[in-house]
Amino acid sequence: MIEQNLSLLLVVIPLIAAPVTAMLPAGRSPWLFTLAITWICFALAIWQLTIVIDGSTISYELGGWAPPWGIEYHIDALNALVTLIVSGIAAITLPYALLTVERDIPLRETSLFYAVFLLCLVGLLGIAQTGDVFNLFVFLEISSLSSYVLIAMGKQRRALTAAYQYLIMGSIGATFLLIGIGLVYAETGTLNMQDLHQRLQPILDHRTVHTGFVFIVVGIALKLALFPLHLWLPNAYKYSPSAISVFLSATATKVAVYIMLRMVFTVFSTSILMITHTEFIFLTLGAFGVVVASTAAIFHYDLKRILAYSSIAQISYMVMGMGFASKLGITATVVHVFNHALMKGALFMAAGAIVYRLGSSKFENIYGIGRQMPWTFAAIFISGLSLIGIPGTAGFISKWYFMLAALEQQAWLFALVILLGSLLSVVYMWKIFEALFFHRPACSAPPVTEAPLSLLVPMWVLVLANIYFGINTELTVGVADTAVRLLGVTAYHE
Amino acid sequence: MIDTIIGHYNYWIVILLMMAGFYTVINRGNLIKKIAGLNIFQTSVFLLYISIGYVNEGTTPIIAKGFTSYANPLPHVLILTAIVVGVSTTALGLALVVRIKRAYGTIEEDEIHDKDMSL
Amino acid sequence: MKHNLVLRFITKYLFPVIALFALYVQFHGDYGPGGGFQAGVILSVAFILYAMVFGMETIEQVLPLGVLRILASTGVLIYSGTGVATLLMGGNFLDYDILLQRPIEGQHIGIMVIELGVGITVSAVMLIIFYAFSDRRNYD
Repeated sequence: MIEQNLSLLLVVIPLIAAPVTAMLPAGRSPWLFTLAITWICFALAIWQLTIVIDGSTISYELGGWAPPWGIEYHIDALNALVTLIVSGIAAITLPYALLTVERDIPLRETSLFYAVFLLCLVGLLGIAQTGDVFNLFVFLEISSLSSYVLIAMGKQRRALTAAYQYLIMGSIGATFLLIGIGLVYAETGTLNMQDLHQRLQPILDHRTVHTGFVFIVVGIALKLALFPLHLWLPNAYKYSPSAISVFLSATATKVAVYIMLRMVFTVFSTSILMITHTEFIFLTLGAFGVVVASTAAIFHYDLKRILAYSSIAQISYMVMGMGFASKLGITATVVHVFNHALMKGALFMAAGAIVYRLGSSKFENIYGIGRQMPWTFAAIFISGLSLIGIPGTAGFISKWYFMLAALEQQAWLFALVILLGSLLSVVYMWKIFEALFFHRPACSAPPVTEAPLSLLVPMWVLVLANIYFGINTELTVGVADTAVRLLGVTAYHE
Repeated sequence: MIDTIIGHYNYWIVILLMMAGFYTVINRGNLIKKIAGLNIFQTSVFLLYISIGYVNEGTTPIIAKGFTSYANPLPHVLILTAIVVGVSTTALGLALVVRIKRAYGTIEEDEIHDKDMSL
Repeated sequence: MKHNLVLRFITKYLFPVIALFALYVQFHGDYGPGGGFQAGVILSVAFILYAMVFGMETIEQVLPLGVLRILASTGVLIYSGTGVATLLMGGNFLDYDILLQRPIEGQHIGIMVIELGVGITVSAVMLIIFYAFSDRRNYD
């Protein structure tokens, strides 16, 4: 019975766990219960991936109603990969969260905190599993509302304004997505993704369809933090609690990239990009995002803020990959979704460990801390190398595929932008290394010891995963190839 | 041509409300007015859905004797869900505004910005 | 406001009327406009009206915050519990056909239980929001 309802249980188990967690007494029990639930979801996600990894699909009908009339969960390799990333990051964040949440959140709010965390997990897993466009909107709003709450629970008062700004921009984005879905529904009369694909094929040149497509793209771009619409991200990642920085930076924007892939390539099919010239917009905005965000990162003196701007740059890479609209480009995007989750997860975990020991992530307070916290600094060092794209780490694989996609289309300018992005990331990463290790310590810094073991172990699991998936790419590139094949994107031809 | 403009009056109303709400969100500095603008913006989208769901000469979508043409019930269900989402967003936004007022003492965006920058 | 005779009388008279209307809307959701969300909001409006005229302490005695939180969680659990019950009986999630002997009776009872869960949660959550906005004692 579990195998039959596997794709559904991934969403229902956290959904039932969330109100139960809200009723648990404050203390260790909410954390323990949430830990068990996230690990169960991770095990189910691995099981699901083994079923669809050869290219088959799972189709689950909710309520027993057949697809165009009922909601259907249609799982292929791309869904399973995103589900694996989300549940994996959640499973690794929970052991990390035990000590950091005790520091950041007042004791009597912990059961509600973990309940909202589980609701956010429900939203993200639901987005990854569903095959119905309106169901996607509902789960997107569930995960967004939960993340506004989670960000607002940061200790400083600027967390509240950061959450408010994210709320306004995120709600506008979701409403744009709703308008787009409405226009597409008006043209075709269905909300199921596979059915929409078939019904949209003959009418792709209607202006209503173009308008719906543009609204959907702009709405998702607001959630994705694409270049001009990225203003909410630095504040949101800087002021949220440490465990939430890890979780959101590694999952929320990646799931938005998945939504964009699903909408553009499965629902609308690749030719819409050529018809509406959106590929050019993706490439240009992605290129600007890489250069502007990486340059902005260089000028800041706060560890978490540099990492937030670096996230914007990496997401711009993924959008550029979508803009290439070829098999190599989308493969690069999917591989980078996986690798970036590992890289940023490890980096934000290390930043959170420094905040746990010292209470601040501003450079003026943490100069030279690397010598007193060697394991944490080594984690930052290796993940930083992965971010730059040194061979032997996961980041190199993604950068390699991006360069291949750019060179295949002889887009010399964009290949140059990819290289420039790597060079700029060397600059800000070296700024971090220099401030943490080589700079002399601040005069007023108290002596600290290494971060506790429950923070170090999850951090190093992610760091070692970085190195492992940089050497053995069978899982990431293999699944990406299957996913791209099923998306129906063919190799680029002039 | 007149028939096109008058016949599509529901779309004109949707556009008017959408732009009014969006302008309020962007231009007003008071945090509560921004949330009010967001509400107007979302309401215009609800009007869009429901107005395109009307079937000519269709009655309410409940099976009754003597009627063969019913209005489409699916947009109504979608809008019900979207209204609940809008209410939750408004409640969350207002709760954040209450906490911001307690923390900063003001709810004008530029005054909050000055207080943050002056530290 | 409780010194105003008209308001006092009207509120005491209207409270059961509003609650009855909420129950009517709740259970007629499948044959007319209504359903869980609308009924939950109307029921919470009855309590909010009473609290606005007579003060919050009166309804806080009947519905303290802890009870409301448990009610809100219970509503969600009723909803998902029905879905899990259909899973355990062998069908898909929320497949109401197998709940009772005949499919049409199954659909009827399935929808009614689901809407009941939604109504309980929505009324509890609306009251929690009201408590959070109007309670001036807890300045965290």
